[in-house]
Amino acid sequence: MLESSENYIQITGMTFARGDRLIFDNVTINIPKGKVTAIMGPSGTGKTTLLRLIGGQLKPDSGEILVAGQNIAKLSRQELFVARERMGMLFQSGALFSDLSVYENVAFPLRVHTSLPEDMIRDIVLMKLNAVGLRGARHLMPSELSGGMTRRVALARSIVLDPELMMYDEPFAGQDPIAMGMLVKLIRSLNTSLGITSVLVSHDVGESMSISDYVVLIADGRVIGQGTPKALLEQSSPLVTQFLNGLPDGPVPFHFPAEDLASDMLQGGTRV
Amino acid sequence: MFDWISQWGRSGLDAISVIGRSGIFLFRSLLGRPATGFFGLLIKQLYSVGVLSLLIIIVSGLFIGMVLGLQGYNILVDYGSEQAIGQMVALTLVRELGPVVTALLFAGRAGSALTAEIGLMKATEQLSSMEMIGVDPLRRVVAPRLVAGFISMPLLAMIFSVVGVWGGLLVGVDWLGVYDGSFWANMQQSVDFREDVLNGIIKSCVFGFVCTWIAVFQGYDSAPTSEGISIATTKTVVYSSLAVLGLDFILTAVMFGNL
Repeated sequence: MLESSENYIQITGMTFARGDRLIFDNVTINIPKGKVTAIMGPSGTGKTTLLRLIGGQLKPDSGEILVAGQNIAKLSRQELFVARERMGMLFQSGALFSDLSVYENVAFPLRVHTSLPEDMIRDIVLMKLNAVGLRGARHLMPSELSGGMTRRVALARSIVLDPELMMYDEPFAGQDPIAMGMLVKLIRSLNTSLGITSVLVSHDVGESMSISDYVVLIADGRVIGQGTPKALLEQSSPLVTQFLNGLPDGPVPFHFPAEDLASDMLQGGTRV
Repeated sequence: MFDWISQWGRSGLDAISVIGRSGIFLFRSLLGRPATGFFGLLIKQLYSVGVLSLLIIIVSGLFIGMVLGLQGYNILVDYGSEQAIGQMVALTLVRELGPVVTALLFAGRAGSALTAEIGLMKATEQLSSMEMIGVDPLRRVVAPRLVAGFISMPLLAMIFSVVGVWGGLLVGVDWLGVYDGSFWANMQQSVDFREDVLNGIIKSCVFGFVCTWIAVFQGYDSAPTSEGISIATTKTVVYSSLAVLGLDFILTAVMFGNL
């Protein structure tokens, strides 16, 4: 399936807009095969949108997105569902099926995509739940889990079919330090032991830089820097240093586009 | 003036696009290979859409039959024709009230529940995560609910009519003293299987199809917010009720209007 290229995902000249708002403007990103790539950037820059574009849930307005050599936007609905069997995605909210127990949620992809016997499904599900530390919570319903636990179950579900590509949307948000350390280890070990290509969207500069092999920084609809964590830290670009050091002042605006504060306040009246 | 015209134009285009989307939605849901374990999913939905609607259908059917018996008796007794009460109750229920009232109750009970459930699944990204697992939510979530609605509605309408006739019997025969022989005999003589019963079943099949389609589409097409789900649920009940009443007139005109 893969061509000679070493990139698992190749995004070339991609433009995407929501209404009048341009989210990506002629963006080119290459995600290397078998590596952990972190996509970082300020809130609202379209990091989750980028994962949805890679997963084919959204279509770019122009440009192409090649995943394992396939142009995702050109696939038919049926071909897209087949392509997604090789992808795993961890959603920000976890997105567990609320009518199924933790065990059944993790078993779901196995039941629909394989014809494995029940005892084998049980073994795989328990192994995956054990990896995220929630084997003992298998009888609970999603409504009985905390936010962090929900995402760990969702992680177990997304890796249960051993995908070629794993996409993590904010995996560290809401995790306690112990769970965070375990998740970092898990993401890394999935990558090294199974050779999974991982794409990680996160605000957490420290954790993301520590586990990723490659980092892509996005701001204002453009790629403002990409490379290995070490190379990025050595860069003198003000855009990159502002984000990596969390500085409020710099070329990346903290404020959503708006008119000047003074004139906004002086307008008076009740008009919002 | 131009703003007003352009707003009307936009609303018209939006309405056409919704009709187009709902058509594509229906075809994608029902055509092609069913989801893995479709039969099990269908049974589960038949329970929540059909069996759980039984109570409201039976209670409403009973009361409507009793009211029909009482009102019918009061009118017919003036002409000395109270024996025809069975015929009146049965024809009214089988031809009209059975399919129509069942559809209205179905839209309120099962339709709104379908919309809210699918809308909430969308808002909590459950449908998106299903897509990313490589499972088509139209086949897995929507199709079993659609089929369950199509199957349940005619059965519920039949139960409604049967219970309604029993309600009419309770009031007419047991309470008001109409001779039960003439109650049943008049009914048997006047109710024709093809003309009345079959047409009633056809009506309830059409209503079942339309109500379920509206309910699942509104849920799937809703904005993924609490307000969006609330609007979609209201739309389901309003659109289904209007569609049922409008279609009832058209179907009645075709079936009984000698068109």
